[in-house]
Amino acid sequence: MSLNSRTLLAVLLLVLAFAAHAQLSIEITGAGATRYPVAIPVLENEGALPRSVSDVVRDDLERSGLFSLVNLGLVSFPEAVVPDLAGLRGRGADAVLTGSVVPLADGRFDVRVRLFDTIKQLELGALAMRMAPTQNRATGHRIADFVYEKLTGQPGYFSTRIAYVVKSGPRYELQIADADGMNPQTALVSREPIISPAWAPDGQRLAYVSFEAKKPVIYVHDLPSGQRQVVANFRGSNSAPAWAPDGRRLAVVLTKDGPSQLYVINADGSGVRRLTNSSGIDTEPAWSADGQWIYFTSDRGGSAQIYRVGVDGGTPQRVTFEGSYNVTPRPSPDGKSLAYVTRNAGRFQVAIMDLASRHTTVLTESHRDESPSFAPNGRMILYASENGGRGVLAAVSADGRVRQRLSIQAADVREPAWGPIPPT
Amino acid sequence: MKKLLLPALLSALLVACGGKAGPQQTGAAVDERSAGSVATVTAPDVSGAGIAALTDPNNILSRRSVYFDFDSFVIRGEFTPLVEAHAGFLAQNPQMRMLIQGNTDERGSREYNLALGQKRAEALKQALLLLGARESQIESVSLGEEKPRCTDSSEPCFAENRRSDMLYTGEF
Repeated sequence: MSLNSRTLLAVLLLVLAFAAHAQLSIEITGAGATRYPVAIPVLENEGALPRSVSDVVRDDLERSGLFSLVNLGLVSFPEAVVPDLAGLRGRGADAVLTGSVVPLADGRFDVRVRLFDTIKQLELGALAMRMAPTQNRATGHRIADFVYEKLTGQPGYFSTRIAYVVKSGPRYELQIADADGMNPQTALVSREPIISPAWAPDGQRLAYVSFEAKKPVIYVHDLPSGQRQVVANFRGSNSAPAWAPDGRRLAVVLTKDGPSQLYVINADGSGVRRLTNSSGIDTEPAWSADGQWIYFTSDRGGSAQIYRVGVDGGTPQRVTFEGSYNVTPRPSPDGKSLAYVTRNAGRFQVAIMDLASRHTTVLTESHRDESPSFAPNGRMILYASENGGRGVLAAVSADGRVRQRLSIQAADVREPAWGPIPPT
Repeated sequence: MKKLLLPALLSALLVACGGKAGPQQTGAAVDERSAGSVATVTAPDVSGAGIAALTDPNNILSRRSVYFDFDSFVIRGEFTPLVEAHAGFLAQNPQMRMLIQGNTDERGSREYNLALGQKRAEALKQALLLLGARESQIESVSLGEEKPRCTDSSEPCFAENRRSDMLYTGEF
């Protein structure tokens, strides 16, 4: 067998292996110290659906690490009837979801659920929606978001999507999947690297850096239409796109005037304006949620540290002081904390800083963790890690207790970006 | 002398192994394309170093990589003859364009490494400009850690990836 045909066979086998395992599988590697016991019974008449909705709700809640599931067997609790709350409490459930499925004349289904607190003996809320038979996952995620928000006071993130880059051999794919790794879809395939995907606040567009022109160029990709547009292709390198909260502008890094510096540019590529002026490296911009500050990495002080600058310029303020390598700042959605990557004795780990107290906690324990990205509710941080020599995604809660690993067999996964909460 | 030969040897090795796509490995395919561009080049060759010199393994101009120390952007003295040769070629062939691609090892943030690679590309560009090349001839860009020539997580591999590559018209 010639070298070429052997190579071809190897490539074919890789492609087949990839096709068979293209979905992210999630492994829970740590959970919250105290988990809220909740019962999510099978919905009344759920068997009328081709695929289960309550399974999706249970999986979402369990994976969050904040809930423990109380198994009530195959009994269902109709939505129209208040269940025996004292009895359910006696079986260990602090909350229970009741619900029913009713087929509609047009082929769709009416799904109604209610959530009860068995300790306070009261109803916490109700949700009703209509679904097509194939929408069991989307419906389940919405119910899980409803339960999560009622019981934790924070919005859920189960209906969100994530973007990431899969590298298999010489092939790079920018993929979009549901937050649980299901329904992966490929937005872009390239023979050259793709890095730094960034979600627009509308959840419809992604900015990223592609090397297809033998140099880094920034694109904005409209996901529903698949249309993409070059936003920055100046002389030199163009990278690190970060959306402003208004979705109309991006902070980017350009080298058209010499060193890597921060610029602000309109989403259509017009109106470029320089934001920082140093003789060294300024990169990795990220906007604060209130749109007032841009956090970034700079070597202006002699080592890589995190700074912030007002969106209209001015003198940058240094944010990190400990250690010699603190990079990739990512402000939390509530503006109170900052996730970033720090180097400790040659290991790269995700840390979180409380911005008021400057107290810092290292959240991860691997040796090559990078690219942190907050869930829109700020509760979880998705990041890129390594396991067995392969790139995997992992998630850790902002308090460091809940841990998950997301991997695709036979491929490297990297550059995760957690998308916004979709409009309802 | 030994050190000067290292990049050439490594690139020869890569070509022999049919290694991953890298600027030097694409040399074979590039020959055909630069043959095409020769037809459009009419300027007389002042230096005696014609386009063919760029791919002649016996000519210093066939060497295209400058290597850097860890966390450094300083062009080591051993590369001075190589940088001088390319600056001279650019000065004497004003129609030629060069793309410099800076690279880093895999450690650290991808975007920060992209900026580090840019510094390495820019350092080489500035050296070439000082030696007579024109600003309009050279674009410096970075590939960061994204296109490693060597993929092991070992110090020799990291050293191989900390470099700037020079590509001429027709090669990028």
